[in-house]
Amino acid sequence: MHPAFSVIFLTTLIGAGQGLFLALFTGQLYASIKLIEPQGANFYAVGSVLSLALLVGGLGASFFHLGRPERAWRAASMWRTSWLSREVIVLPMMMGVVFLYGLFHYLGWTQPWIVAGDGALPMDVTMVLGFIGVFVAFTLFVCTGMIYASVKFLEEWHSPYTIGNFTFLGMASGFMLAAAYSAYLGNHLVGFYGTWAVIFTLLGLATRVASLIRNATLKHKSTLQTAIGVRHRKIVQKSQGFTASSFNTREFFHHQSPEFLKLVRIGFLVLVFPVPLFLIGISYVLESPTLPIAAFVIQYLGLLAERWYFFAEANHPQNLYYQSIA
Amino acid sequence: MTQLALVIDLNVCVGCHACVTSCKQWNASGWAGPMVDENPYGADPTGTFFNRVQTFEVGSYPATETVHFPKSCLHCEEPPCVPVCPTGASYKREDNGVVLVDYDKCIGCKYCSWACPYGVRELDEQQQVMKKCTLCIDRITDQSLPEKERQPACVLACPTNARLFGDVHDPDSEVSVAIRERGGYALMPEWGTKPANHYLPRQKTRMHISEDELQRADNPLTKEDITVYTGEETLDDVTW
Repeated sequence: MHPAFSVIFLTTLIGAGQGLFLALFTGQLYASIKLIEPQGANFYAVGSVLSLALLVGGLGASFFHLGRPERAWRAASMWRTSWLSREVIVLPMMMGVVFLYGLFHYLGWTQPWIVAGDGALPMDVTMVLGFIGVFVAFTLFVCTGMIYASVKFLEEWHSPYTIGNFTFLGMASGFMLAAAYSAYLGNHLVGFYGTWAVIFTLLGLATRVASLIRNATLKHKSTLQTAIGVRHRKIVQKSQGFTASSFNTREFFHHQSPEFLKLVRIGFLVLVFPVPLFLIGISYVLESPTLPIAAFVIQYLGLLAERWYFFAEANHPQNLYYQSIA
Repeated sequence: MTQLALVIDLNVCVGCHACVTSCKQWNASGWAGPMVDENPYGADPTGTFFNRVQTFEVGSYPATETVHFPKSCLHCEEPPCVPVCPTGASYKREDNGVVLVDYDKCIGCKYCSWACPYGVRELDEQQQVMKKCTLCIDRITDQSLPEKERQPACVLACPTNARLFGDVHDPDSEVSVAIRERGGYALMPEWGTKPANHYLPRQKTRMHISEDELQRADNPLTKEDITVYTGEETLDDVTW
């Protein structure tokens, strides 16, 4: 498939945005039961703004993918059958929850209604929004992943690993960003967020490597024989019907050499996994305020390469019809 | 229920591209138009086409065979492109089974083209909406046309009659009989898309002549003939 940068930025930006929200709420939850140092309202408000900026940026990028962006609102109508439609509904819900979560923190509406147990788990409006947000964030990860995993013709994508990758890698970058944010503010949550970032990066590594192994040995269902219905072992295309390019030759081919693909694969495997883990580990020892930021930036750049490779790796069965120009 | 479709006879297709050009001609100015061409006289022309003729070579020289293969939307009975559409622009007509795109609803997200294993949907470069074969819906449903002209442009244009058009759900229609009696098959059956369009395989016309058809084994005169022949004309060579 042709890797479109609009979709690469959409999936990586909203993944980080969702991950950052989950990180903020995880922090609030831990602080409420007094496992970590509590943070002020501004920590959550500014963090929410950051998360919202990523989500809005992703949504903005997605418009560049559309031929008719002015009609994008129509995309919410077929949620019964289309995962794309479901994403179009859940993404604004996510934005709404993050906005309200940040707003209520900023306004200080954190008077608990009920306090469970001995001062632990005070239920206020932000706590309720947080739990809703967790549900929405995971739903959004599933919707985004299922857009790709549900297309059975793209066999490289048609696996649960796709959802695993989108979820874990999004959470990894979000928690990494939370660590970078904490390091920038100089509070004591760098280790807390960093540890979670490491856990999600390792989970992402597991599902990503599993999907790479699966795809390396993937045997495609369709062949040239079934494509044109001629039972012969040797069929060669002599003409695709036109000598220039068409939508079929642009949309479904990455037009890069296998060497370049290999380079990108090695690139993202290095940038997404070992380098950020190393940097976050070092920053914990050195108590550096800048290394977690570097870890996030490098991991995000790696994720761009990872998503590029995700598209380029997928081989659409229609390509069987476009093997030779003339 | 009616399911209109094409049956394409690969046995007689000569690869002349008349179906390609007639499709472009009709649909460029019809309901589905315009079918935009970008840079048509430049170095890298590109444009929207609903139908293409491709050519494949089967076998190794000298035992090769050339297969001309017209390729357009197959109007699947289980169209995978329809449920993925987020706006409902892509739909299958209830009354005749033709798969169409509502150009006023399409947002040009290209998701339906990913969900088609045959690669028969194209994004129009200027209109920025998804386009595909309509089976000339504006011709075949036009009651003002004479009955025999209510056929897709490609079918009318084909000089070898390689394209048949009709209702594949009616067991007695020309297309159903052709599929049934001449080994009509569907493309990529492994995906369960149930294409309505079918292809008729190439069939070689062979003469089977056995030895005794060349040599008259039952010639009564040979029985009484005691001559020993050494290559000269025999009684079998005589025209009776």
